[in-house]
Amino acid sequence: MKHLLSINDLSVEEIAHIFETASEMHDVQKREVKKLPVLRGRTVVNMFFEDSTRTRSSFEIAGKWLSADVINISAKGSSASKGESLRDTVLTVCAMGIDGLVIRHPASGAAHQVSQWVDAAVVNAGDGMHEHPTQALLDAYTLQRRLGSLAGRHVAIIGDLTHSRVFRSNIQCLTKLGAEVTVVAPPTLMPSGIDSWSRTAGFATSYDVDAVLPQADAVMMLRVQRERMAGGFFPSAREYTVGYGLTRDRLRLLKPDAPICHPGPMNRGLEIAADAADAAQSVVLEQVSSGLAVRMSVLYHLLAGEES
Amino acid sequence: MGIVIRGASVLGQTSQDLYVDDDGVLVDEAPDGAEILDADGLVALPGFVDLHTHLREPGREDAETILSGSRAAAVGGFTAVLAMANTSPVTDTAEAALRVWELGREVGLVDVQPVGAVTKGLAGEELAELGLMARSRAAVRVFSDDGKCVHDARVMRRALEYVKAFGGVVSQHAQDPSLAGPTACCHEGETSGRLGLPGWPGIAEEIIVARDVMLARHTGSRVHIAHVTTAGSVEVLRWAKAQGINVTAEVTPHHLLLTTDLLSGYDPTYKVNPPLRPQEDVDALRAALADGTIDVVATDHAPHARHDKEHAFVDAAFGMLGLETALSVVRTALPELSWSDVARVMSTTPARIAGLADHGSLEIGTRAHVVLVDPEVSVTVDRDASVSLSRNNPWHGRALTSRVVHTVYGGQFTVRDGALSA
Amino acid sequence: MAEPRIVLDSGDIARALTRIAHEILERNKGATDLVLLGLHTRGVPLAHRIAERIQAVEGAGVAVGELDVTMYRDDLRNQPTRRPHRTVIPSVGIDDKVVVLVDDVLFSGRTVRSALDSLADLGRPRAVRLAVLVDRGHRELPIRADHVGKNLPSARAERVSVALTEVDGSDEVTIV
Repeated sequence: MKHLLSINDLSVEEIAHIFETASEMHDVQKREVKKLPVLRGRTVVNMFFEDSTRTRSSFEIAGKWLSADVINISAKGSSASKGESLRDTVLTVCAMGIDGLVIRHPASGAAHQVSQWVDAAVVNAGDGMHEHPTQALLDAYTLQRRLGSLAGRHVAIIGDLTHSRVFRSNIQCLTKLGAEVTVVAPPTLMPSGIDSWSRTAGFATSYDVDAVLPQADAVMMLRVQRERMAGGFFPSAREYTVGYGLTRDRLRLLKPDAPICHPGPMNRGLEIAADAADAAQSVVLEQVSSGLAVRMSVLYHLLAGEES
Repeated sequence: MGIVIRGASVLGQTSQDLYVDDDGVLVDEAPDGAEILDADGLVALPGFVDLHTHLREPGREDAETILSGSRAAAVGGFTAVLAMANTSPVTDTAEAALRVWELGREVGLVDVQPVGAVTKGLAGEELAELGLMARSRAAVRVFSDDGKCVHDARVMRRALEYVKAFGGVVSQHAQDPSLAGPTACCHEGETSGRLGLPGWPGIAEEIIVARDVMLARHTGSRVHIAHVTTAGSVEVLRWAKAQGINVTAEVTPHHLLLTTDLLSGYDPTYKVNPPLRPQEDVDALRAALADGTIDVVATDHAPHARHDKEHAFVDAAFGMLGLETALSVVRTALPELSWSDVARVMSTTPARIAGLADHGSLEIGTRAHVVLVDPEVSVTVDRDASVSLSRNNPWHGRALTSRVVHTVYGGQFTVRDGALSA
Repeated sequence: MAEPRIVLDSGDIARALTRIAHEILERNKGATDLVLLGLHTRGVPLAHRIAERIQAVEGAGVAVGELDVTMYRDDLRNQPTRRPHRTVIPSVGIDDKVVVLVDDVLFSGRTVRSALDSLADLGRPRAVRLAVLVDRGHRELPIRADHVGKNLPSARAERVSVALTEVDGSDEVTIV
């Protein structure tokens, strides 16, 4: 594993290794000295072309607990607007001799392109609507800790699928791990080509949350951006909540031990009711600590070994 | 001194000699003291005419100039190119058009015929000075806002009506901006869904094609559809032609051979507008070109400086090179297309659409614009061998069939043995 | 290639561990505050075996844990990424305890160095001791064992391998 750009790059075995190591890393979080010396002398740059406090700080802490030197570069709106190409921007940073480049970019495919230009190990921390592989890994890791093996387990992913990189990574990760996945969204928020895609990738689609929830062993709610209303994807927040939100009433349809995930930040009252977000079966905060463990594990696997 | 082109297969038919006199005119007997060119085994065609070229001058001379673009055209066997109006400044005045025309004449490798903008600044609102451009020495006949669609139906209607006075034609970039906005960059379908790229649905093209053929019928004017890419557009065109509507259409070489799945590696070399489509559309385009529903091949040669392509896919510039490889791509995509059909779609019909009377023919008495082609050779494209200033070449590393060996422009060799002669 | 020569058979191993258990008790004056930490991989079953013997002698249980030093190795960069094993610290913790690190072979001393670094991040033992089944010499660091099953003079190029029933299906130490 040279880079982590897409879940597609990982075999089932590699995912298992990442989870095993993550579980060790999880224990480190409970220690007084939350520090391992494995990345001492290595430099990791978090290059964020898009705001994200959560993901950036998660990678930052993960790197620091592994003793790497972590530098954050907020590149939002910097280069392209000044006419600098993405290639020039990242080559400039990499010329400082860094070992790992964690990149978040609003454009799909950016991490993939960057990995072809630089020597450093590239971690995709979210590229446009394309993928967010560490999010999918931490989601699956969290669910496995709750449910055991995901093989044959039924996971529902509900929300704005079209614009969601979390969905695109999760659908690959969950199906790889043997879960049966049903994705639910209004037709306007279903990605184009979903019919043929779901057939070849082996997942189900539905417009009906109420029919799917009782079957689910776990549910993942996706964030809905209010801006999408202006794009005409749905008429109003109220209508969205009634149709597709995890409301208090719908919570009763769900098995009492079925974990509820949300990648955050949550729009309480829109896609997820407070009752659901704070329910005993909600794993939203667990996802955060799992995220750290998984990101430590990913950085460890990419950067601790010999340089390729 | 004249030239005797000996033994070429003219339009793929029986071998015969072609004679060019001192004035660069095709004549019926060998001029005295003519140079003899052995063209045995080569196919002779009338010099190609490209209805759709971006030469980038004025404004982006780092990507291409009228000189470098003319050189690329000559290497590709072209003797006339229509230079699109989306330069900086835009070709929306007689002065701007004349400037492009004159620079082309100074270079003297191909006829550079400016395309005039339909609307001022390509803004889609007010008509540009179409009449003044038509009356200028550049004699502009083709008008296009290419890069942008003339999306307002009222503006399109007025443009179609207005150009009737001087036999002009509007070349439409068919893209309904409300269905395919400025970020749309990948054919809307499973590939765009999986890659998370903004979709550019075929319907955004088809709606404009359908509207514009109806506007052409209503105004009794002539419309040309640039770079047709979908099977749906082909159906509309077939219907419109059956109604006797005065519509012509072009397809690019790349839409005849490349498909949308190439985008899976996010290589901006394959980012083009309109986007690469799936195989079903490619098949429909090939059939439509062969049966005449699509009239011509036009390159949409779109050079870009390297740094304009080295952005994230969504942010990178649209377009790919096309002049040098056009014939080879057409031959590779449609190997069964006869040489007289190749001449029709790459020379005769585009010359007629553009109103270029002295192009598109090998008749005695016309200016000698001749291209000589090695028909069956396979050539692997090397982007660094290009004479264009840009390197956004989607054909790099591909083996293509046929090669332009010599290009004669007005009786002068512009390309000889595959290399520029000057 | 020479045939592997058996230097300790299962009986030898059992006797050596019994002796080590007694030495530990003698040195510690009983089992109070004793924590045995086995180093992955073969130190772990050895620690459990020593603990069983201590229990048999003292009648009281002794805390046993597992220590994985992968993350503290100084040669991580010289090889492909290793997968870490579990570190299990007994619930009594290690603060103010007497920690006995248990490993199969003491060679360069680098693994023990890693283990000491790792202990420093986990707490502050009152004392740290080292018990090994085999000491084969060739130290690269100033480290020595407190309890040794067998001192085994060896050439640097020779390979000493320890097989244990829990991991390998049988008990023996060979040199080749």
